Amino acid sequence: MKYVEEYRDGKLAKKIAAAIRAEARPDRDYRFMEFCGGHTHAIARYGLEDLLPKNVRMIHGPGCPVCVLPVGRMDDAMRLARLPDVTLCTYADLMRVPSSDGMSLLKAKAAGADIRMVYSTLDALRVARENRERKVVFFAIGFETTTPPTAMAVLSARAEGLKNFFVFCNHVLTPAAIQNILESPDVRELGLVRIDGFIGPAHVSTVIGTEPYEFFAEEFQKPVVVAGFEPLDVAQAILMLVRQVNAGRCEVENEYVRAVTRAGNRKAQDLVASVFELRASFEWRGLGQVPYSALKLREEFSAFDAEKVFAIETVPAQDNPACECGAILRGVKKPADCKLFGTLCTPETPMGSCMVSSEGSCAAHWTYGRFRGAGAAREKVDAGYSLTRTSGSPKRLAQPKGERQAS
Amino acid sequence: MNAPRLRTRKLDIKTGRVDLSHGSGGRAMAQLIGEIFHKAFANDLLAQGNDQAVFDMPAGRLAMTTDGYVVSPLFFPGGDIGSLAVHGTINDLAMAGARPLHLSASFILEEGFALSELQRIAHSMGAAAQAAGVKIVAGDTKVVERGKADGVFISTAGIGIVPEGIHLSGERARPGDAILVSGSIGDHGVAIMSSRENLQFETQILSDSAALHGLVADMVAACGSSLRLMRDPTRGGLAATLNEIAHQSGVGVRIEEDALPVKKQVAAACELLGLDPLFVANEGKLVAFVAPEAAQKLLAAMRAHELGRDAAIIGQVVEDEQNFVQMATSFGGDRIVDWLSGEQLPRIC
Repeated sequence: MKYVEEYRDGKLAKKIAAAIRAEARPDRDYRFMEFCGGHTHAIARYGLEDLLPKNVRMIHGPGCPVCVLPVGRMDDAMRLARLPDVTLCTYADLMRVPSSDGMSLLKAKAAGADIRMVYSTLDALRVARENRERKVVFFAIGFETTTPPTAMAVLSARAEGLKNFFVFCNHVLTPAAIQNILESPDVRELGLVRIDGFIGPAHVSTVIGTEPYEFFAEEFQKPVVVAGFEPLDVAQAILMLVRQVNAGRCEVENEYVRAVTRAGNRKAQDLVASVFELRASFEWRGLGQVPYSALKLREEFSAFDAEKVFAIETVPAQDNPACECGAILRGVKKPADCKLFGTLCTPETPMGSCMVSSEGSCAAHWTYGRFRGAGAAREKVDAGYSLTRTSGSPKRLAQPKGERQAS
Repeated sequence: MNAPRLRTRKLDIKTGRVDLSHGSGGRAMAQLIGEIFHKAFANDLLAQGNDQAVFDMPAGRLAMTTDGYVVSPLFFPGGDIGSLAVHGTINDLAMAGARPLHLSASFILEEGFALSELQRIAHSMGAAAQAAGVKIVAGDTKVVERGKADGVFISTAGIGIVPEGIHLSGERARPGDAILVSGSIGDHGVAIMSSRENLQFETQILSDSAALHGLVADMVAACGSSLRLMRDPTRGGLAATLNEIAHQSGVGVRIEEDALPVKKQVAAACELLGLDPLFVANEGKLVAFVAPEAAQKLLAAMRAHELGRDAAIIGQVVEDEQNFVQMATSFGGDRIVDWLSGEQLPRIC
């Protein structure tokens, strides 16, 4: 596969890993946050951690659209899906996310709700076209990457005169979330999380470009390297971040030059701006209310806005009190720090959204990396990203269960 | 399946459809069975015309299995629900090292299902059984109202004979054993996906649906008691099978990503759809665990058979009380290969 296999080459990976080991100064440690779930997934799936020296640690960020969707909005979707004349179209990721009453769209579907899994907004439009007697609601979530297709769908529906297509908009914005993390007390005051630099989003940046990150680099003095979602992209970005830190630079660099420019995709940006406008504030799971961090449909598209048509009033809902998704999304805790991780909360029976999406930190760690944590002592929060790795030598197999329980 | 000779007009197979009378026990049912199933499955035991087939069994241990088939769509590149219903049940018998003998077949038909399609499916079953050297000796037909099924569901059961001295079972894997797979993984699942309407995705991938007992016989002949176990990685793919064995045998498994045979087209399709070939279903592949000293011999025997041409040694059994399946990635790191979570694709078999 052209443009894919080249970026998974094991030999090149070893070369980059050797460079990281050679250039990372032994007298300090490096803590980088990969913002996107796509990067988290690549790191776990390809075992990238095994190639990094012990003093280079990755902190998983909140860039997983399913993970940051607050429970209250999930409850809204459940209420919509249960309306007898509504067909709810959703990406498959959302099907297993628990709502506050312990239900999920998957369970609601089994109980008779008309819920369809779609691969794109085009599928949702087709469902609306073929079922004129139904009110078809597209459950729109995602960062800047998935926003242009939603905008396109709304414009298409209007052009076609489709009167039974609606969008339940939950689109959120990356730069606002990064700023929120950098300004959070965890980072600024409590020192719970030290971040030396960011791996910037891949697909999001194809749309918004690298320019929006220049503010963080300068204002917060943090290097940013925008990188693709393939494992070599991530490895190269880590090397570039190590070099910036060593040189005392705080710049925005672009590793993902094959897809990302400084200005981004102007056409997509204009499209989004024509359909959506900023919300004054939006709740993010883990981050709380984040000002100007999400989009809603413009007034002229009210007829397509499910929130208006169905008079949705989101009621804030509580997560399971033992669920640590919030702290994990802020980078304060790691999946294995959560008491529910791997006990009550697994991908089969997720308690929190980080265990649902394949891009979620918990799901990534459970699915690909939990052999590393098995047997290791659960670290305290403040030591969560200290120098010691939780695993032993990379090739060592997991420790017996007994040892894990004893820890 | 009783089929009296009837002096009625022939079934209108070209334009006719299944109606409720085809399941009522009357003449219409007898005609359907006679003109479609008996013709397609023709053999001496079915021709006995009783509610059961009666036959002598060779000496030895019996293997018995049953499986239901609800695949959607009914016809897909490389096969259909009929051939699948024969291959799948034969393979379940073959994984015990058994020589499959006889199958039974039960059909749930939806009112309105085209007789032409039913005939096509029956012929495909008959041809698959004949090619595999097994007989479909008993059957049943039921018709349900429109909307209560999806065209046709088929359930087949099978019996076979396990040769003397062969004992293959999921708890027999031991640390050090070599793990082999008989060919490229993920073909069936991707073929099904490519023929689903709502994916609008074109590819040349054919389902690998095939009866594996011939390959198994060659493997048993070559390695005999060195063979620990075999299993066909259907739903849940290779990942599910390896996890099942790891738990059943109380061991760990280590595989090498570089050693996994995956067709380029399958890898590309999976990449596009966000799937992992490790979790995608197969219908004509097997995984074998064998004592390490017999691994090369087994590999040679598999590669000598048409259905094992691309066989490969993909890893080994290790000691691990947590029963993890781990994979050394091509990239150079390690990862777990977990069970599939949730549903990757519904109704693939």
